[in-house]
Amino acid sequence: MAEISLTTPLSEEGVRELRAGDRVLLSGYIYTARDAAHKRLVELLEAGEDLPIELEGQVIYYVGPTPPKPGQVIGSAGPTTSLRMDPYTPPLLERGLRAMIGKGSRTPAVKEAMREYGAVYFAAIGGAGALIAKCIKEARVVAYEDLGPEAIRRLRVENFPLIVVNDTQGNDLYEEGARRYRIED
Amino acid sequence: MAREVSVDEVARTVARLCQEANYDLGGDVRERLRQALETEESPAGREILELLMQNADLAAAERVPMCQDTGLAVVFLDIGQEVSLVGGDLTEAVNEGVRRGYREGYLRKSMVEHPLRRKNTGDNTPAVLHTRIVPGDRVRITVAPKGGGSENMSALAMLKPADGEEGVIDFVVGQVERAGPNPCPPVVVGVGIGGNFEMAALLAKRALLRPLGQYSEDPDNARLEREILRRANNLGIGPQGFGGRTTALWVSVETHPAHIVSLPVAVNLNCHAARHKEAVI
Repeated sequence: MAEISLTTPLSEEGVRELRAGDRVLLSGYIYTARDAAHKRLVELLEAGEDLPIELEGQVIYYVGPTPPKPGQVIGSAGPTTSLRMDPYTPPLLERGLRAMIGKGSRTPAVKEAMREYGAVYFAAIGGAGALIAKCIKEARVVAYEDLGPEAIRRLRVENFPLIVVNDTQGNDLYEEGARRYRIED
Repeated sequence: MAREVSVDEVARTVARLCQEANYDLGGDVRERLRQALETEESPAGREILELLMQNADLAAAERVPMCQDTGLAVVFLDIGQEVSLVGGDLTEAVNEGVRRGYREGYLRKSMVEHPLRRKNTGDNTPAVLHTRIVPGDRVRITVAPKGGGSENMSALAMLKPADGEEGVIDFVVGQVERAGPNPCPPVVVGVGIGGNFEMAALLAKRALLRPLGQYSEDPDNARLEREILRRANNLGIGPQGFGGRTTALWVSVETHPAHIVSLPVAVNLNCHAARHKEAVI
């Protein structure tokens, strides 16, 4: 299957062309954030305050890497389960967040917000954290250093292999894939 | 005369096993991945199985963890009744081993000190420790670092005896289906049946220590394992949930006598790696 090369920041029209099942090689800068960082971002939005990072056109990767060994840019860095970020996600999509990278299903509210604001959800391969780390060329903490592995980091990635799970048309690769291969007993 | 075993040696061994379990995929898992590659029909599924093998090769060669979730340290100690543990507090020694193993092995610290206050303990302690007193003069130590994503997709049901084998299969397969893509399929399924409420969960956890490819010695349990594996793989969830033939790599069932009115069933899901390493001292 053909792979689509994309570089961040992503445009809304570019993202709206992607379809569930598309393979993507992502390059450029992306941000890491998990539950604790999401909670703080949403609290700032609710208080009407500025965010420590600009979201428009950006990509958030749900990852809590292992500590780097001496000489490593980052430790193992595979995706974490996305469901935990769902309660905080729609307000970030409203602010222009263009894509998220994680693993596992999203709630209907998040899928609806992706359609409305024009964003996609990519899966990275869960359990391949050592391999994924090879795509990460730079890592720098840019906010919430006190959160340790959950701090917001800016990563520079090269050809990070991803697959589109949810597109802006309401398609869901998890549902379609299981339907295609299911055998009824 | 009791054989003396120093708790320092327990700590050193636990530290080493924490690292090996996170760096080195078991040979049994590699073999199952190779077999799955032959039967997987989905092109994306085959690609993922290959990438998981490449990931394991890279982790072993570079001594880095296969996954960023290096787990809660579950430690099993089978202590021979002729052993005298000397030189300090055994539980503290196990925790010291975890502390050292995770720090020196560049593993992630994933424990919070209270489930609601949620402040990281900073050193991945405490371990969840299960001890058994067994015959002999040795100590068998098994370290099984357990990832949160798959643990969160585990479940327990107190079925009625009338639910029988079909009820057990439906609950286990249903749990694999409800878990969907979240526990990083292909999964390894540990099933505990019988005992009581807490024992069923521990049986399911221990089931995850059995080598993949090895059926239960009890023919009825082995039949259950085959049937659950077949039905789980008919779900079509596939590697990473993108659709395919390989939803589960293996199913292990452990059973225990139960009360006349009870049929407890626990399902402990694990990711493909089924991490665990053991040593005997």
